[in-house]
Amino acid sequence: MSSDDIRKDSHDALRRKLLLGMAALPAAAMMPRLAFAQAPATAAINTTGLAVTDSTVKVGILHSVTGTMSISETGSVEAEKLAIQQINEMGGVLGRKIEFIQEDGASDWPTFAEKSRKLLVNDKVAAVFGCWTSASRKAVLPVFEQYNGMLYYPTFYEGLEQSKNVIYTGQEATQQILAGLDWVFKEKGAKSFYLIGSDYIWPRTSNKIARKHIEKNGFKVAGEEYFPLGHTQFNSVINKIKLTKPDVIYAIVVGGSNVAFYKQLKAAGIDLKKQTLMTISVTEDEMLGIGGENIAGAYACMKYFQSLDNPNNKAFVEAFKKMWGADSVIGDVTQAAYLGPWLWKLTVEKAGSFDIDKVAAASPGIEFKGAPEGYVRIHENHHLWSKTRIGLAKADGQFDVIHETAELMEPDPFPKGYQ
Amino acid sequence: MFDGYSLSELGSIFAMQGFAGLILFSVFVLMALGLAIIFGQMGVINMAHGEFMILGAYVTFVCSHLVGEHAPWLFPGYFFIAMALAFVASGSLGMLVEWSLIRFLYRRPLDTLLATWGLSLIMQQIFRSTFGAREVGVTLPDWLMGSLSLTDTIEVPINGLFVMALTMTISAVVYAVLFRARWGRGVRAVMQNRVMAGAVGINTEKVDRYTFGLGCGIAGVAGSAFTMVGSTGPTSGQLYIVDTFLVVVFGGAQSLIGTIASAFTISQAQSTMEFFLSGSMAKVLTLLTVVGILMLRPQGLFVLKVRR
Repeated sequence: MSSDDIRKDSHDALRRKLLLGMAALPAAAMMPRLAFAQAPATAAINTTGLAVTDSTVKVGILHSVTGTMSISETGSVEAEKLAIQQINEMGGVLGRKIEFIQEDGASDWPTFAEKSRKLLVNDKVAAVFGCWTSASRKAVLPVFEQYNGMLYYPTFYEGLEQSKNVIYTGQEATQQILAGLDWVFKEKGAKSFYLIGSDYIWPRTSNKIARKHIEKNGFKVAGEEYFPLGHTQFNSVINKIKLTKPDVIYAIVVGGSNVAFYKQLKAAGIDLKKQTLMTISVTEDEMLGIGGENIAGAYACMKYFQSLDNPNNKAFVEAFKKMWGADSVIGDVTQAAYLGPWLWKLTVEKAGSFDIDKVAAASPGIEFKGAPEGYVRIHENHHLWSKTRIGLAKADGQFDVIHETAELMEPDPFPKGYQ
Repeated sequence: MFDGYSLSELGSIFAMQGFAGLILFSVFVLMALGLAIIFGQMGVINMAHGEFMILGAYVTFVCSHLVGEHAPWLFPGYFFIAMALAFVASGSLGMLVEWSLIRFLYRRPLDTLLATWGLSLIMQQIFRSTFGAREVGVTLPDWLMGSLSLTDTIEVPINGLFVMALTMTISAVVYAVLFRARWGRGVRAVMQNRVMAGAVGINTEKVDRYTFGLGCGIAGVAGSAFTMVGSTGPTSGQLYIVDTFLVVVFGGAQSLIGTIASAFTISQAQSTMEFFLSGSMAKVLTLLTVVGILMLRPQGLFVLKVRR
């Protein structure tokens, strides 16, 4: 082909385009008005170059699906995918279908940071639903602040953090601890407590708050113990508990240690129907591994239980089982992960924009009435107002919800007098 | 901390604490025996030891399901079948691994570390893909749960006693096989002088394969037994590997008696300190003591005299 031909070809092509363009002009003039009725123009709702087109918006899912944390994080991934699918079935967000890019944090904190950078810088996602452990959140936080991303974080955690770029859909420590302790003070007449936990920041901070609250009320902490993550032998501490005879064992043991702890507690002849045990680290997910018969009779303090009796939750459980199998169980964090995409959708629609700054600014006050746990609202400090509930573990791996706070608990990530 | 307790109460607490130490000892021996055979007798550093244990645990899980569904009358005794199957499964996989991977690395013992570590990652992902990322709950027959009341105040966990009995049985069998049977003489001969053993007509390749299989099989039985006290998930094997190596190295790599003595020392130290100090501090002090002793005695507690 000679250079003349090329020029002619390109000339023709240009002319065709121009003609087409002119023919389309009247239609184009009408488009914005029509489109506004359904979906606003992309340029107006995305001024910062996020991955938003006229019909789609990209978001990220960042959890561990390999490595030791995949035990816990799998449920969150499943819940987030379910929420995204449901939102898309309802027409998406501002008329755009949500497309997700899933990355694997592989239970490795630097990998989380690297993948979040990839999601924000290369993929330019409008929001990320992800992280589970505090360590992974701490690793990605600087990345989200530097590149101005939006993270929806599902896990109950120790508090002492607040960021413009994060919405915390789980409970911070005081929301999970105080109401539960008040309940055992009152209902069980408990006066002495034995605190036991895995040795890292969340159990230690939580027990610190618990100890302050117990002592403030004039009661006694009989012992406080921490074990390395993955510890599997609890016979010595169980003897110590037998020796001190506390009214309540307050347990924040996590991961594989959990299974060993409850199995050995039962084997040592401590009957949880007589000995009060309260935990803030066992959800329906953990019960699968522990075995319901080994933990029946214990009290868990959470904001959500799969057995919650309300129409939202019934629909949620049914949809979850339909998507992920009839055997699947839903724990507290799984439900909190499910809230993420919904809260983001509501916030974007209120802000009328996908821009991160506008979403962050519009977040406080966002209400979600369709939450499986019941009504929730985002606080000024980017945490959720939510109720605290107490469940009694049953042998079939579910909880009986025996108490819930009358009011929503205010999130207080920097509790005065507890630090 | 002992104010306001009667002498008999204290006595029973100390008795229970003694049992706790003995149970921990049994758990350590059971964990370490398989590794000690492989590491001590063959010089192979098997980083996938924990995964062979978890294979045994998953075999037990599958077994409990099948028996519970198809033959409920067998349920009280299924655990013994499960342990036997765990031995066969882990043992045959071990032999396969030896044949396909390890035998090429005998001259490069440090590379076995890398190869078996890779193997452990592969096995973890296979478990995850097969059984899911979540932990599975192994249902135990009722008679294995609960505790035995020796007196009014002394209660001993039944599954702990079971582990103790199992450890004694397996140790006795291993002793008989290695030190009383003809085959064991072959193993020891190969360990002491591979070339000479080959020259007098011992099939060294076969000995290697069966030794590796035996070590992995015992790991499988250990994993099966630990479903009573611990968790069963794709990465649960990692929980045991550090303690296991600690016991074997501290005991002196080539001596089975050393392994048992080291398990006893470490378990007693740890359970006593856990009782008087906090859990994490007990672990720190145990590790520091072991490091200190190994600095003075790099070859471990017991050394087998080998002509080099």
